[in-house]
Amino acid sequence: MEGYIHSTESFGTVDGPGIRYVVFLQGCPLRCKYCHNPDTWQVGIGEKISAETIIENYNKNKAFYSNGGITVTGGEPLLQIDFLLELFKMAKKEGIHTCIDTSGITYRPMESEYNEKLALLLEYTDLVMLDIKHIDPELHRELTGQDNGGILAFARYLSEKKVPFWVRHVVVPGITDDPVYLRKLGNFLGTLNGIKALDVLPYHTMGKAKYEEMGIPYPLEGVEALPKSEAVKAKEIILKGFKETRKIP
Amino acid sequence: MNRMYEGWRGFQKGTWMSEINVRSFIKHNYTPYDGDESFLEGPTQNTVDLWAQVMDLTKKEREAGGVLDMDTKVVSTITSHGPGYLDKDKEKIVGFQTDKPFKRALHTYGGIRMAEKACSDNGYKVDPEISEIFTVHRKTHNAGVFDVYTPEMRACRSSHIITGLPDAYGRGRIIGDYRRVALYGIDRLIEDKKEQKVTTRSAMYDDIIRLREELAEQIRALEQLKEMAASYGFDISQPAKDTKEAIQWLYFGYLGAVKEQNGAAMSLGRTSTFLDIYAERDIAEGTYTEKEIQELVDHFIMKLRLVKFARTPEYNSLFSGDPQWVTESIGGVAIDGRHMVTKMSYRYLHTLENLGAAPEPNLTVLWSTKLPMNFKRFCAKTSIETSSVQYENDDLMRNTHGDDYAIACCVSSMRLGKEMQFFGARANLAKCLLYAINGGRDEISGKQVAPEYTPIYSEYLDYDEVMKKFDQMMEWLAEVYVNTLNIIHYMHDKYCYEKLQMALHDKNVTRWFATGIAGLSVVADSLSAIKYAKVKVIRDETGLATDYEVEGDFPKYGNDDDRVDSIAREIVHMFMEHIRKNHTYRNGIPTTSILTITSNVVYGKNTGSTPDGRKKGEAFAPGANPMHKRDTHGAVASLASVAKLPFIDAQDGISNTFSIIPSALGKDDRIFAGDIEVDLDCSNGACSTPTLFEGLDDKQ
Repeated sequence: MEGYIHSTESFGTVDGPGIRYVVFLQGCPLRCKYCHNPDTWQVGIGEKISAETIIENYNKNKAFYSNGGITVTGGEPLLQIDFLLELFKMAKKEGIHTCIDTSGITYRPMESEYNEKLALLLEYTDLVMLDIKHIDPELHRELTGQDNGGILAFARYLSEKKVPFWVRHVVVPGITDDPVYLRKLGNFLGTLNGIKALDVLPYHTMGKAKYEEMGIPYPLEGVEALPKSEAVKAKEIILKGFKETRKIP
Repeated sequence: MNRMYEGWRGFQKGTWMSEINVRSFIKHNYTPYDGDESFLEGPTQNTVDLWAQVMDLTKKEREAGGVLDMDTKVVSTITSHGPGYLDKDKEKIVGFQTDKPFKRALHTYGGIRMAEKACSDNGYKVDPEISEIFTVHRKTHNAGVFDVYTPEMRACRSSHIITGLPDAYGRGRIIGDYRRVALYGIDRLIEDKKEQKVTTRSAMYDDIIRLREELAEQIRALEQLKEMAASYGFDISQPAKDTKEAIQWLYFGYLGAVKEQNGAAMSLGRTSTFLDIYAERDIAEGTYTEKEIQELVDHFIMKLRLVKFARTPEYNSLFSGDPQWVTESIGGVAIDGRHMVTKMSYRYLHTLENLGAAPEPNLTVLWSTKLPMNFKRFCAKTSIETSSVQYENDDLMRNTHGDDYAIACCVSSMRLGKEMQFFGARANLAKCLLYAINGGRDEISGKQVAPEYTPIYSEYLDYDEVMKKFDQMMEWLAEVYVNTLNIIHYMHDKYCYEKLQMALHDKNVTRWFATGIAGLSVVADSLSAIKYAKVKVIRDETGLATDYEVEGDFPKYGNDDDRVDSIAREIVHMFMEHIRKNHTYRNGIPTTSILTITSNVVYGKNTGSTPDGRKKGEAFAPGANPMHKRDTHGAVASLASVAKLPFIDAQDGISNTFSIIPSALGKDDRIFAGDIEVDLDCSNGACSTPTLFEGLDDKQ
């Protein structure tokens, strides 16, 4: 089957371990204010590419990916779960390391059909990168347009299923840099199993050009990029919260 | 005949003792090193002081507008200048091109006008007597070439369909096997050359006469080299006895070459593993410490950084700067399977830390998957810190060049002492494509440069028609190009012969007849546009196609897309086949390169709009690079397109200039995960396990 693909990047070095073939899937239910890929929002557009083609393109240059693999990101890749299932099934048959970069927003614990697919997909998944935008439900809604309940539930689900995952958090000045919430996020993460890494990213303004191109107003107009050093500090606060839960001095 | 010299004590025997054969010496004596960089030593006080002096002079040179001093009276030869020093007491390795550092020498044999212009553009004037000698009494390479050029060749030159030709400057690209000076001493090398002269055939055909004259010149050059070394207080008639002498003897060889020639690329060769054999012996004998060895290397590299030539601003703009291409090839793998990384490989790269980063000498790692992991890590680290290391694919080149080749300039590989190259600049294939469309008229000047073939008259370009005409035009271009080069190399040998560099070669030398291609990605994309989109021709009132409108999208080279990558591949093959059809001077073996690393801007400036949508005057992509911003699928896809080009048809090298911001190569360790001191897994049971549904509201 075919997926709706926004684009591919043959030299991904920041979306999982090693050098990776990164597939950007089209479509996302979130409208994060700092999103740097607004062109991946709209559902049902993009280039239709089959799973076979992606595996083929990967295999052509697999010498480059010896320590890497395939990462699906977006957009929100889990919107196209059927496609991911097929793609990852094929990838695992070829021994390719698989990674999903997701916001977790599509998770519905009560929908059993979706959950069955998800459980199956995670069997073919080596790593999940979960991007938690904000720990507070209200502020999360303000930032992304959606609640974070499903996202946090997805984190617990991964923890319970013992799926290895990385947690990502983007620090935006004035929006997600409040120490109170950073600490709360840490508190929450401390309750989870299976976190292999914590990736705290400083907000950058490189997405702005795309908004201009698409003729939509940039929601974070005037917000400065965050210095790397501030991201380091934010990470320390999250870890502090993490340790509190774990009762680590 | 086997002999024994003091300098050879402790070395393993081999054929290198009875014949001039440095490779055999290395093979029998080198020690591969698998360890890490922890043995390396920092700079000595002498090194720090000398480098401070160099930095000061560099600053003065910059303030003076790029040139600090020029010789306008003494024509540079191996022995033209007395000794020059920075600080005699501190320098462990000595020798400058003139009597003082930063003073540029006067090279006139390539062409007097170029020498005069290099001086006048920098505010100096060549002594009128010298000008007269080289205008009236002694012909130059440049004068010889222009006596013989045909009108067609001149037209090609001025329309820039062939550019950068070494017809007014030294062709360079030849690497003397400077290691021979250290291993054998000059007397043994002269003896060998005399023997070569005695054993030439006796019927005096042109080639035998030329060979005998050249051998005589070579012997003279070796004698002069001995004389030059003596002026610095060294007797290099015998083999070098220790590491210091080995480096010094070797450097004298190289110095003699850059005193004699102002070549476009004056590369050093592959010296580190050779010198390591001396260092290993000296350290074992207890005569040198690691610190002392590193100091010698630092001082040697410092000298290589100070090689300077008198050049014109036009030359510098063609090559984007003032490069000497003192390329040194490091590492690689031997054909017996052992890697050739030694401690000296580390020491050379370590100079980038001890002296700071610098583009010269052009330290080039011959990369192989079989290099030891420690060395790979060290290279990566050095690259990250200095951005000054070049990499080339040894696994590819070893197949055709064995394990004792080196890189001249940026990518031209040749077996040391056994192969040389006739440097051939480049043909502009993008312009050639436009000539095919315009029936041989130049798209900028409107002049008829190529023969008057039928132009294309249609409003929209047809792929098959364009390809057919392009093929014919390439055939014409290849012929005029190769013949232009035949003249150039004939005259260079005649009036500006590289006698010292050739003295450090075997008698029977393989000559690579290098040609080059510019604008490959422009051509590939243009043909792809013609094939997969619609290209409308815009013509001026004389019918000359001067611009193109592309309707629709088309596959672009640089995205791992076979539809266009196969076109690029095919073009290289077709052009090379046309080159191969022509007679080459001295039976040179034709090769081509795709490596306009810096001159792509100049080539683009002289080329009209092309059917890929590139506008008149816009720069080409460098070398075999995809056009700027057209590779949209990331680096691997871009590199994969380049990697499809046939090396067998472009054996003189394929270059891809690759820039990437450091953060795109991976995460900054301090921000990235994995450096957390806490156990992220909840192993101590301290964490509670909330229910899956906590925090979910009804809407979910």
